[in-house]
Formats: sequence, C-alpha cells, structure tokens
Amino acid sequence: MAEIAQYRRPAPNTQPEYRCESYMSTHKRSPSHPLILMPQTLSEVTGPVFGLNDIQAGDNDLLRQHSGDPLGERIVVSGRVTDDRGRPLAHSLIEIWQANAAGRYLHKNDQHNAPLDPNFTGGGRTLTDADGCYRFTTIKPGAYPWRNHFNAWRPAHIHFSLFGPAFATRLVTQMYFPGDPLLDFDPIYLSIPDEKARQRLISRFDWDNTVPDHALGFRFDIVLRGRDATPMEA
Amino acid sequence: MEMTGSQTVGPFLHIGLAGLYRDNLLTSGLEGEPVVIEGRLLDGDGEVVPDGMVEIWQANSHGRYADPLDTRQLPLEAGFRGFGRVATDANGRFRFTTVKPGRVPGQDGKLQAPHILVSVFMRGLIKRLATRIYFPDGEGHADDPVLNLVPAERRATLIAHRVAGSDALLEWNIVVQAGAHGYDETVFFDV
Repeated sequence: MAEIAQYRRPAPNTQPEYRCESYMSTHKRSPSHPLILMPQTLSEVTGPVFGLNDIQAGDNDLLRQHSGDPLGERIVVSGRVTDDRGRPLAHSLIEIWQANAAGRYLHKNDQHNAPLDPNFTGGGRTLTDADGCYRFTTIKPGAYPWRNHFNAWRPAHIHFSLFGPAFATRLVTQMYFPGDPLLDFDPIYLSIPDEKARQRLISRFDWDNTVPDHALGFRFDIVLRGRDATPMEA
Repeated sequence: MEMTGSQTVGPFLHIGLAGLYRDNLLTSGLEGEPVVIEGRLLDGDGEVVPDGMVEIWQANSHGRYADPLDTRQLPLEAGFRGFGRVATDANGRFRFTTVKPGRVPGQDGKLQAPHILVSVFMRGLIKRLATRIYFPDGEGHADDPVLNLVPAERRATLIAHRVAGSDALLEWNIVVQAGAHGYDETVFFDV
C-alpha cells in the first residue's frame, strides 16, 4: 500500500486547549498527559458514510416538528462546508441542537426557569449538497445562565456536529450571532486563543438568505481538515 | 483557510445527536466473533460522567471498512456500517455489541493489531478525545505501530479486559484524567 496522505493539523492557537482556566468543567475533564501524536492509518482516514436513509424530509426545518409554530425570531442558517483548501464536502452529515427562543433546552437536565415551547424541540440534521452547502430553518435561540461563575450567561448559539469524510475530520462546534455582547465574557467562546479563529465561529447576517416577510438569514461556513489527494492503492 | 475551532457538546447533546444512537453493530449475515464492550467514563475525581457520548468506528472481521475509500478487495457484508454511538447513562456507563474487527494495514503496509477507534465527547470537554480499543488476546500487539508509540506502562489502558464467566463480554473504561482516584489515565491520541 502506498503511504497514506495525511490530514493537516490546525494552525497554532486556532483550536482550544483541553484545559481552559476560566471554563471550570474542563479542570476535571481534560487529560493531564499530552496527547500522543500518531500517523493516520487507513483507520483514521476512513469514516462512517451517511446518506438519505439517515435523515427524513423536513429534518432541517425546526419550525415544523410540531402542530403549531414555535415562538421566536425565525431565522435561516445556511453556509458551506469545505476543507481547508476550499474544496466542498458533499453529502456530509450535519447535526444541530439549540435552546428555544427563551433560552431553555427541551432536556430533563435543563433547570433554567425560562418557559419551554411545546412547538419547539431544537434538534435538526441535514446532508450537504454536491457543493457542500446546507440550510436550516429555525428560531434564534435565547441566551441562558449557567453555573460556571457568578452571573454567567452563555451567548446565543447553535451546536453543530460534523463528520466530514474521515474519523480524523470529526468536529463539534458552536455557531454564534453577530453583535452578541455576551461573547466577550464567555469562557467557551474565549477558549480559542486566536481572535480571528474565534470570530470565525460568529455567523454573518445574510441578506441573500433573508426571506421577505418570514425569516432573517445568517451565514455560517465551516472548514474541516483537508489533505492532499493521493489515491489509496489496493 | 483555517479549520473551524472546536467547542464543547455541552450537557444537552442528546437533543441533536440521539437520532444516530446505535449500540448494536450486528447485522444479519455479519461474520466474525461477537463481542460486547462495556465500560464507564470517569473524570479526574473518579466520578462517573453521566452526560457524555462515545462513538466507535471499526472494520469488519475481514479488516474492511464500510467506506468507499477502502478499495481493497475484501468481503463487506451488506448492512454493516462500522459506526456506533451511545450516550453514557446515569452511572457513566456505555455498551456496544459488535464483532472483533480484522487487521487493517498501517502506514507501512504492515498489519495493525485488531482495534476499534473511539471518539469521546462530554460537557466540559472542549474538543473530541480520540483513542483506541485493543483486544485481550494480544493478537498483533507486539508489532502494532500505534501501540508502540505508547510508553509501555500506559498501554494497558488501551486493552479491553475479558470479563470472567463470559466469552463475549469485554470491559474497557475511559479515564479522562489521572487523579487521587488511582485509575490510570486512558491514552488519547492526536490523530
């Protein structure tokens, strides 16, 4: 077998460290030993393949999972998933989850006393198209308090989970909203040392995908690890 | 272009990720030795992690991945996907039913020991932790290029234990951080 082309590693300071001083829960949930650097083998450059059988029509429309309309500001979140050379990642699975407009998750562990919305679950999934593009319709999530420190509030965000083509490309991240005053105080957002890398987690207001009389558009492009294309040999 | 930064799954991951929970990789006609792998996810205080998620990725018993990128001429049973995902329960437990994978080549073309790739996610973990499960029979361990990158005294954390009284049941725990609890910290890889 030919040598396997390796997925590139991220530039320094563009990814958070496991232990973040100001994000308290990382203190006991981060390894104390450094990771062991290893070359990617066939195991790491392959990954699960998802398709239309894994999703249902409408899974990308969080407004239509119940009999009524959820409360809140309707938004369209769309963007493109590419590798770090800008090549689109086609037919790739994206899963999202979020709080409702009041900042409450439909989850037994969420004890925030904001109201639940009987018409909003907050989970969605989709496949990117041939150009790597995706689109969700949802409501803008609310900010909510958490216990990290006194008067701690998470900025409004949507969780994104992506696989990409390989075990090595797996990524879970969060999308934020432009102009959110809570970003400057959020230990999770601030865990990414490089300011420009952090700001790439903030979506942009998007006129092109703003639907007249219906929903505001926000654009969030996602970049996964890439590698030089070397065909695998038998 | 720079890769998008990682962020934690947070405590409410189930809302978005439960749709793909799969704890049983067996399909009708799947060849190989059935195994059940179970364990607990523990933090630096030795406390169980009840809000975590474990994913696995593995080849079939012939060492073939269910990915078109694996173009080797090896049998691949219809319906086998090689992917599993479970949330940890209130006791930090996770459990997968699968088959022992076959050997797949490493960088130099030599066969690696049978192994399963694992991704770990949880509240308080800002980016995925990647590790591997190896098997207690020791097949191929001595020459495995990845095991050999690991200091000898830490390798045991990557090897599942056979549970007495059962042929198929293996125990394999994930210890995120060493501490006063005395358990050895699992080896995690920068893949």
